[in-house]
Amino acid sequence: MAEITLQDIIKPENLVYSKSKVMTNNELSYCPGCGHGTAHRLIAETIEEMGIQGDTIGVSPVGCSVLMYNFLDVDMQQAAHGRAPAVATAIKRLMPEKFVFTYQGDGDLAAIGTAETIHACNRGENMTIIFVNNGIYGMTGGQMAPTTLPGMRSSTSPYGRDTILMGNPLKMTELVAQLAGTYFVTRQSVHTPRNVRRAKKAIRIAFENQKLNKGLSFVEIVSNCNSGWKLPPVKANEWMEENMFPFYELGDIKVDGKLVTK
Amino acid sequence: MKGNEAIAEAAIRSGADGYFGYPITPQSEVIEYLMSERPHERTGMVVLQAESEVAAINMVYGAAGAGMMAMTSSSSPGISLKQEGISYIAGAELPCLILNVVRGGPGLGTIQPGQSDYFQAVKGGGHGDYRLIVLAPASVQEMYDFVGTGFELAMKYRNPVMILSDGIIGQMMEKVELGPQKNRRSREEVVKSAPWATTGKTPDRYHNIVTSLDLIAANQEKFNIKLQAKYAVIEENEVRYEEIDTQDADYIFVAYGSSSRICQSAMKIARAKGIKVGLLRPITLFPFPKKCIAEMAETKKGFLSVEMNAGQMVEDVRLAVNGKKPVEHYGRMGGIIPTPEEVVEALERKIIGG
Repeated sequence: MAEITLQDIIKPENLVYSKSKVMTNNELSYCPGCGHGTAHRLIAETIEEMGIQGDTIGVSPVGCSVLMYNFLDVDMQQAAHGRAPAVATAIKRLMPEKFVFTYQGDGDLAAIGTAETIHACNRGENMTIIFVNNGIYGMTGGQMAPTTLPGMRSSTSPYGRDTILMGNPLKMTELVAQLAGTYFVTRQSVHTPRNVRRAKKAIRIAFENQKLNKGLSFVEIVSNCNSGWKLPPVKANEWMEENMFPFYELGDIKVDGKLVTK
Repeated sequence: MKGNEAIAEAAIRSGADGYFGYPITPQSEVIEYLMSERPHERTGMVVLQAESEVAAINMVYGAAGAGMMAMTSSSSPGISLKQEGISYIAGAELPCLILNVVRGGPGLGTIQPGQSDYFQAVKGGGHGDYRLIVLAPASVQEMYDFVGTGFELAMKYRNPVMILSDGIIGQMMEKVELGPQKNRRSREEVVKSAPWATTGKTPDRYHNIVTSLDLIAANQEKFNIKLQAKYAVIEENEVRYEEIDTQDADYIFVAYGSSSRICQSAMKIARAKGIKVGLLRPITLFPFPKKCIAEMAETKKGFLSVEMNAGQMVEDVRLAVNGKKPVEHYGRMGGIIPTPEEVVEALERKIIGG
């Protein structure tokens, strides 16, 4: 039997995975093990599969994903800290036929941008908000976020978050689900293949809703921050399952404009 | 019509694409008028009452980043809130129009007119080295006219333009000659005039990015140098001012906006007394008419900068005069409007007798 060479294997019919055409060739700036890369890929794949690369405008936040515009091959604007929903509101209002999304971390969306988030949701802007929640400020070096869990350590809660002194973590996703303007609200993760598939489906629904003019779709992705949490990537994912998921429960919260009853 | 209404009507007639605002006295008539005119039906213009001044200026950023003609309006405390967004707009080189109907400060201050935001408007206002083009209307007609002029300058230089008005001009009623309705630009025209904007990637170009971020210091410095070069071109080409009775004048009032109208009354009183005084009214506060003032410094005997503040523009007048002649300031603060008599008395006491 003849020996199989590399050239025999590298054939189009053997291709099982490729980088989305909506991703650029720029090297990602994220730490190894971070969920941002996967979340980016899911958005890129959704845009590619829907054939809307030329009709999508993204808005990147301030935080780890500030440079998202270098990684996604669509027109993008970089917003001031927390202001992405306001920036996206104007883009969508002026170009209603475009697909407009924001991509925001927990500090950006749930602390400094709380007003912009709530009001864009409440007005029912016909756009998509992707909210990546890792319970910490990653970019600035691991400070306490509005979503930091009770007792969780960060550089500004070095002995653990004391909820009496520092307040409670904010469940922004449950909060916006209460507003009349939100049509689809869900919480996902991207740490296992199964969760990746679910998250992608959620992102697809969120983008499809824009086509149907349904109002605001809000997709939270609970993610890890191994650098900020000071854990190796695999341990960070385990810690996330054990600690983040009981507090930030995965699953749909509002579907077709109706709260999901459990 | 009122100055604030003239601004709003001008926005619709200039073919503006979007207005984003938040109520604050003394300029709430701008958004009230817009809402009552149903601009969405008249031209398709988007008018939105935002949740805050912060959100409003960021909506302007988003709209301008998509190549659209966008504007906002507010008054002093609200303009302070917008400064972060204005800095981002300047840093991303986006064209837009911002109206400040100034009231007396600091803090919540008063709802009466003031000119105490001069420094904020002409020296940058927010963080970083940047400049706004600043237009100072002195009549309701100019409130109307400067919307079109402002948008033109903003698009020409890809730079935010501020109309620095005040509570008198905003609230005052005067006759206005309205221009014809301009059509809003089609999407094709927007794409053509703003090839850098986020209008949707096409196969023939790279994706467009609107950002003010560059993490490489050397690149950021290069960008800063480019901005400064742009401001130098603006200083060379866009200085606007009005001279009244300056030819035979020994003394010069320097005043903009409402103060310039008070100075016109003061000139009549002074001239009746035999004091030859003229008026230089800067129309652009940045770029400032420095050359004109420097030339006047050769022949005139002294300058009085009349402002409704503690003395802000007077610093720019002094820089232009460069020590050659006396330059003094007269002003009232906190919403008090100086009388022409006070202005003449100040000229006699501070300049002629000084």
